[in-house]
Amino acid sequence: MGVEGIGAKVLRKEDRRFITGQGRYTDDMSVPGMKYAAFVRSPHAHAKITSIDASAAREMPGFIEFLDGQQLKADGIGNIICGWAVTSKDGSPMKMGAYPALADGIVRYVGQPIGIVIAETQAQARDAAEGVMIEYEELPVVVNGPDAMKAGAPQLHPEAENNICFDWELGDADATAKAFENPAKVIKLDIVNNRLSPNPIEPRAALGHYNSAEDHYTCYTTSQNPHVARLVMSAFYNVAPEHKLRVIAPDVGGGFGAKIYIYPEEIVCLWASKRTHVPVKWTSDRTEAFLTDAHGRDHVSDVEMALDANNKILGLRVNTVANLGAYMSLFSSATPTYLYATLLSGQYNIPAIYANVKGVYTNTAPVDAYRGAGRPEATYVIERTMETAARELGMSPAEFRRINFIREFPHQTPVIMNYDTGDFEATMEAAMKTADVAGFEGRRQEAKSRGKLRGLGMSCYIEACGIAPSKAVGSLGAGVGLWESAEVRVNPVGTIEILTGSHSHGQGHETTFAQVVSQRFGVPVDNVQIVHGDTDKVQFGMGTYGSRSGAVGCSAISKALDKVEAKAKKIGAHLLEADEGDIVIENGEVKVAGTDKKLAWHEVCLGAYTGHNLPDGMEPGLKEGAFYDPQNFTFPAGCYICEVEVDPDTGVTEIVQFVAADDFGNIINPMIVEGQVHGGLAQGIGQALLEGVNYDETGQLVTASYMDYAMPRAWDLPMFKVETLVTPCTTNPLGLKGCGEAGAIGSPPAVMNAITDAIGNNDLTMPATPEKVWNAINAVN
Amino acid sequence: MYETSYQRPTSIDEAVKLLGDSDGEGKLMSGGMTLIPTMKARLAMPTSLIDLRHVAELKGISFENGRLKIGGGTTHAEIKADATVKQHAPTLSYLAGLIGDPAVRHMGTIGGSVANHDPAADYPAALLAMGATIHTNTREVVADDFFTGMFETALEENEIVTAVSFEPPQAAGWEKFRNPASRYAMAGVFVAKRADGSVGVGVTGAGNAGVFRWKEAESALGSNFDGSALDGLSLSANDMMGDMHGSAGYRANLVKVVTKRAVASAKR
Repeated sequence: MGVEGIGAKVLRKEDRRFITGQGRYTDDMSVPGMKYAAFVRSPHAHAKITSIDASAAREMPGFIEFLDGQQLKADGIGNIICGWAVTSKDGSPMKMGAYPALADGIVRYVGQPIGIVIAETQAQARDAAEGVMIEYEELPVVVNGPDAMKAGAPQLHPEAENNICFDWELGDADATAKAFENPAKVIKLDIVNNRLSPNPIEPRAALGHYNSAEDHYTCYTTSQNPHVARLVMSAFYNVAPEHKLRVIAPDVGGGFGAKIYIYPEEIVCLWASKRTHVPVKWTSDRTEAFLTDAHGRDHVSDVEMALDANNKILGLRVNTVANLGAYMSLFSSATPTYLYATLLSGQYNIPAIYANVKGVYTNTAPVDAYRGAGRPEATYVIERTMETAARELGMSPAEFRRINFIREFPHQTPVIMNYDTGDFEATMEAAMKTADVAGFEGRRQEAKSRGKLRGLGMSCYIEACGIAPSKAVGSLGAGVGLWESAEVRVNPVGTIEILTGSHSHGQGHETTFAQVVSQRFGVPVDNVQIVHGDTDKVQFGMGTYGSRSGAVGCSAISKALDKVEAKAKKIGAHLLEADEGDIVIENGEVKVAGTDKKLAWHEVCLGAYTGHNLPDGMEPGLKEGAFYDPQNFTFPAGCYICEVEVDPDTGVTEIVQFVAADDFGNIINPMIVEGQVHGGLAQGIGQALLEGVNYDETGQLVTASYMDYAMPRAWDLPMFKVETLVTPCTTNPLGLKGCGEAGAIGSPPAVMNAITDAIGNNDLTMPATPEKVWNAINAVN
Repeated sequence: MYETSYQRPTSIDEAVKLLGDSDGEGKLMSGGMTLIPTMKARLAMPTSLIDLRHVAELKGISFENGRLKIGGGTTHAEIKADATVKQHAPTLSYLAGLIGDPAVRHMGTIGGSVANHDPAADYPAALLAMGATIHTNTREVVADDFFTGMFETALEENEIVTAVSFEPPQAAGWEKFRNPASRYAMAGVFVAKRADGSVGVGVTGAGNAGVFRWKEAESALGSNFDGSALDGLSLSANDMMGDMHGSAGYRANLVKVVTKRAVASAKR
């Protein structure tokens, strides 16, 4: 390993511009003649639009244009799509309600865009948007998933009877029923996974620019996957043909999934730019972000687990209602199905599993993938149930897990996934040692002497990253392949540009991807430039989500590096008059192994471009591309142990210790991995203790600002104790599994297991606010 | 934010004149820590903003004739750091250091906070507990008469809070239970053992009519200045505020718990 290669704690190259305020985000972009947009949004959760009158707005200062759904429809702009077709258990396709980018007569959630105002300044656009007079006929509202399925509930879409979009199942119902026929014990649990707002620090933004002279469109937007945005906007929304549309996702300040999707606003800004002949920029404010960024989670489940007399799991049955919101977002069908129920086996040998998921429409913002996307919901189900089972059996939670761990790999679960590798006992033992579980009872007694209730909770998670083998996801309904692309361009002087289809919005790709190159050729990371986020610069790629940039994106880079290395060796062998098989490239040199014959890396690169002395028939240049399609998902896993102290007088929970032992396979940059774990833990602890999207019964969003939506802050969190163990992934060239979401996936059940242990009451939902915890304490005293 | 005009008077008289000239559509601004966010959320649209930050008469901290007097234009950070405040009212200094975050503390002022009377603001609890006097450009009002309801005070049109003053308590304690989202007080209690030996208990963030004095606790603590004196007491949920962060019943419990802790922490 070189000092900057794989495994080195290289400082992040991108941080200089971010921490000195020199990042360039979509809202920083400016085009000559640019004007500003504001969206007119529904103040009602469910209503018919009876009239729209923009005459007063048209008289306001700076007004340029107002456009609504009628014009959008007339111009043939297509409805928002869902990219994954899920089939119900009766064989029928999911029942998708039409979702126009600007409402067509009916609004179904507060904040739904109805029209766009374009004006000279942002303030004038917002003033004029308020001046658009809309009359509504209000309709009845339902905001909660289970309520939406009840007889007599308000109906959102004519396509979806009882608001059920799909009634999907996975696993073997008969085998699972059999497992429950004669068990020694059945554990039952009701589980609620609270709805969350993603809260990237940079709100969404879009700048649409139609150039009539060239009949060409440019869209700057806050996207995690600019090529997918271009494809969808051209192929489905008819905004612009793909070859005449350039999508640029410049610096993006966090995504967490919310910036995967192609939202109404960027479509409308592009379309409006053509209609008005001016470039149109829109930047969300924080309240718009709370109202319209796709939310996460929102599951209500009942769980049953059957055990035999030896406390081995016989079967697991899970029924889940997933609140989809008012419309289907891009991956909203896959998140509560194939990204959720496929992980219900957890780290355990479970012979039979059956899951039923009903996806339900309500008068709330669309729900889609948010950091973890389905796997946190699965992990919460299984890990709360495991801890509950251990308590009901009077066993230590570690021992109950130990006797049920999967120990042989590869392991085929009953729910599609085939785990390639792992060592679950090793991560659990490591975490227990660091957490000093053996000394816990002493600490509990000491806390009691101070009037505090101390509890310990564990979570042994497994998740699936590196989405995904294209053929497999295609057979399950995905509308796209989920490979990744890379191009390695070696310059004549030996510096290297990597063009990647992955997109960095906080992950540190400019550093880690350069480390992969440094490892291969021994060149400094400073000599490697990562190019991403611009469809005019980079070949088609699938983008970044589901912790796929390492496992899939870097695998594509690795494949392209193979080709570059092979050609460079051929040139080196020719120049050094040696056998190609004897050439090694290391430390920035091309050498003949076992001799002192060598060339500097840049001499070989220059040779490739001068073409003065290449092997006969070889093309000049040193540039190679690759597409990498994964063979399997990757399976990061680990054990988290949370220790809390609860104040019985107020119900306040303090996390006094949090230990994470993760197996992410091989690691490129341990410092960046540690940072990813810290961030994930903060979001998971946020879900467990603080965060929750709250709609009132009329569908108004109560948590529409940071005055009411509680984000985790530094003082809510302990100093984390983070460590990693390694079983390399067996299915990709670098042995990487992915680390971006694990913290958010594994931590909520650890926290809830700890609090319920401390207070002696298992009946507690997230977020475990002080009042809820106080009530739960009082309920058992 | 709606369009507005900005004015910068340098005297109270000038500020009053500008306010009078605005036909009731203008707004006095001190630190702006409440008003500016409200305007950014388009929930307030004053036609003119009259900035009091450059009025010298509103500045200054003094101790004279046994009373500590703090100018209305004094920022939380100044109150936190000021040696005179630390000497005579260390608990008020402590309270000021827990308001908001550093940026807020360097802009927000005691006069602005008192005049706005947010039901979760911190100073009103302290001023009630200590029996303080609020000075305006026209008169002096005791705290008991000043805070009349949520976001409501005894201030009349064209009246500006110029200072607050009080006789330093023998001992005082401040305890704040924060709202998990906003970090404003959900129950903030200032307990003061006044110079005359009586006890004041000011409660913010919890009452359904704004800041209030918990008088039963005051008399119990007056005869025994110890948390155990509160054991038999309780507050009615009917008098408390309830929201998604805490029901009225929960707040009633919090006030008692927090009062005990404020007493336990009370110091000179």
